[in-house]
Amino acid sequence: MALTQTPALEPGADKTMILNMGPQHPSTHGVLRLVVEIDGETIVRIMPDIGYLHTGIEKTCEAKFYQQVVPLTDRIDYLCPMTNNLTYCLAVEKLLGLEIPKRAQWIRVMMNEITRINSHLVWLGTHALDIGAMSVFLYCFREREDVLRLFEMVAGQRMMTSYFRIGGLSLDLPLDFLKRVKDFADRFPSNVDEYENLLTNNPIWIGRLKGVAKITPEDAIALGATGPTLRGSGVDIDLRRDAPYTGYENFKFKVPLGKDGDVYSRYLIRVQELRESIGIVKQALEGMPEGRIKADAPKVVLPDRENMKTQMESLIYHFKIITEGFTVPEGEVYQAVESPRGEMGYYIVSDGTAKPYRVHMRSPSFANLQTLPTMCEGRLIADVVAAIGSIDIVLGDVDR
Amino acid sequence: MALAPAITDLEKLKDKPEIAALLEWNAAAVTGAKLDRDELTVWIERNSIVAACTFLRDHSQLRFNMLTDVTAVDWYPSEPRFEVVYQLLSIPRKSRLRVKVRLNGDDARLGSVISVWSSCNFFEREVFDLFGIHFEGHPFLKRIMLPEDWKGHPLRKDYPVEGYR
Repeated sequence: MALTQTPALEPGADKTMILNMGPQHPSTHGVLRLVVEIDGETIVRIMPDIGYLHTGIEKTCEAKFYQQVVPLTDRIDYLCPMTNNLTYCLAVEKLLGLEIPKRAQWIRVMMNEITRINSHLVWLGTHALDIGAMSVFLYCFREREDVLRLFEMVAGQRMMTSYFRIGGLSLDLPLDFLKRVKDFADRFPSNVDEYENLLTNNPIWIGRLKGVAKITPEDAIALGATGPTLRGSGVDIDLRRDAPYTGYENFKFKVPLGKDGDVYSRYLIRVQELRESIGIVKQALEGMPEGRIKADAPKVVLPDRENMKTQMESLIYHFKIITEGFTVPEGEVYQAVESPRGEMGYYIVSDGTAKPYRVHMRSPSFANLQTLPTMCEGRLIADVVAAIGSIDIVLGDVDR
Repeated sequence: MALAPAITDLEKLKDKPEIAALLEWNAAAVTGAKLDRDELTVWIERNSIVAACTFLRDHSQLRFNMLTDVTAVDWYPSEPRFEVVYQLLSIPRKSRLRVKVRLNGDDARLGSVISVWSSCNFFEREVFDLFGIHFEGHPFLKRIMLPEDWKGHPLRKDYPVEGYR
């Protein structure tokens, strides 16, 4: 397999040359450098060079209390902040053995799917922009603005939401929020039709995408690809269905699969996922239960503001959690969640103190990026741009 | 919801297919096992890791066809200092297994599983970069996150969070 070869950074025989793509390149979706060995316009070898956005988040986590890690997780994959929040919270809740109220679970599912829509909209817009379809970008960002407004309503932030907390949510939904979501959910399918009218049967789009950057299911599995990159090759796995978390077992949705493993099938899958996500949001709206939004665990979950101001005990708990954190029983967990890009996993080791001993993020983009050489070698340079777009990498997620 | 205590006795875990198969294959290579919070962990002896991974991938009942993650934990100052952690996923069976290898601090090297799963390429490079654990047989074991001339391995516990360099 091509990956196991030592990549050449020196020019090879007289025939080939080395081309440097990035780190600042409009189509690399961040700071990704690709060292490409080309023969004419054909790619002989390609090697991703990453680490430009490495911030040492895993090391930082070890110096924070458990609850202080939540805002760090937003910054890993900045296009799906709530999915990161969710994975981390689920992992710590599993360590603690906490039970989350149903309403909080429902809201988590709903927000998680809205996050997926947000992420896929950015992907579709920029992917189309890379290929040369400018107008789709403007349509996608129009709808993304609606999503960001929803985020701002619940969390006060448009991007780094930190809305989920260990044991539940930071606040209940604001007034009128569900109505706003319903308006969006009613309107959005027609917007997806609009994107599809522009792209799906467009001969130029098909010409650039169909049969490009193919990957076989065997290669995709061996290289650790997950999410739409894996499902594009026809491998039927979706953690929301196969290993349900936070109440996904109560929702009905289809898992779209591709046949060819090319860029076009990955495009179709993500567009289909937009529709499935909106279906899940609608189900969550219909069945939204009433009740608490935080677990009944006074030593872990911050007390309600009013109780804190009127009850001595709540005030003590608040003070203790803020100043000393809360201790987590010894152990380790690996919690995986289906993020828009694939399997987002958090591996947390606790040594019984108030700070995590080790936090490791298994980011989907990092693993999916490994498929790029297999997809691109033997193809033209112009296809690299389509391939990167179809993997949907976020460099913050790759480098952490 | 009270936490059930972890089961660490190999005898009690023999009803798990993964443990039973591994013990039948080579009982000397399995140094321990743990079932905690519904997650199964197996400790493998260092020299057997590549053979054990090949076995887990190719076994007709287990079929762990995907390696989703490789990372490490530093237990400094206790010895054995490092634990290399492999997260395995079986797509046909929808089940997971965590495989661990213990390593001494002065001899932090083990075989690369690149011949079993190509996905370990980036993962092992990351562990090498941030922990300084050598994977023998890896074709391109170079720093991946940090610059080539970086000194030290930041995720080791004796590397301070701030104030170094």
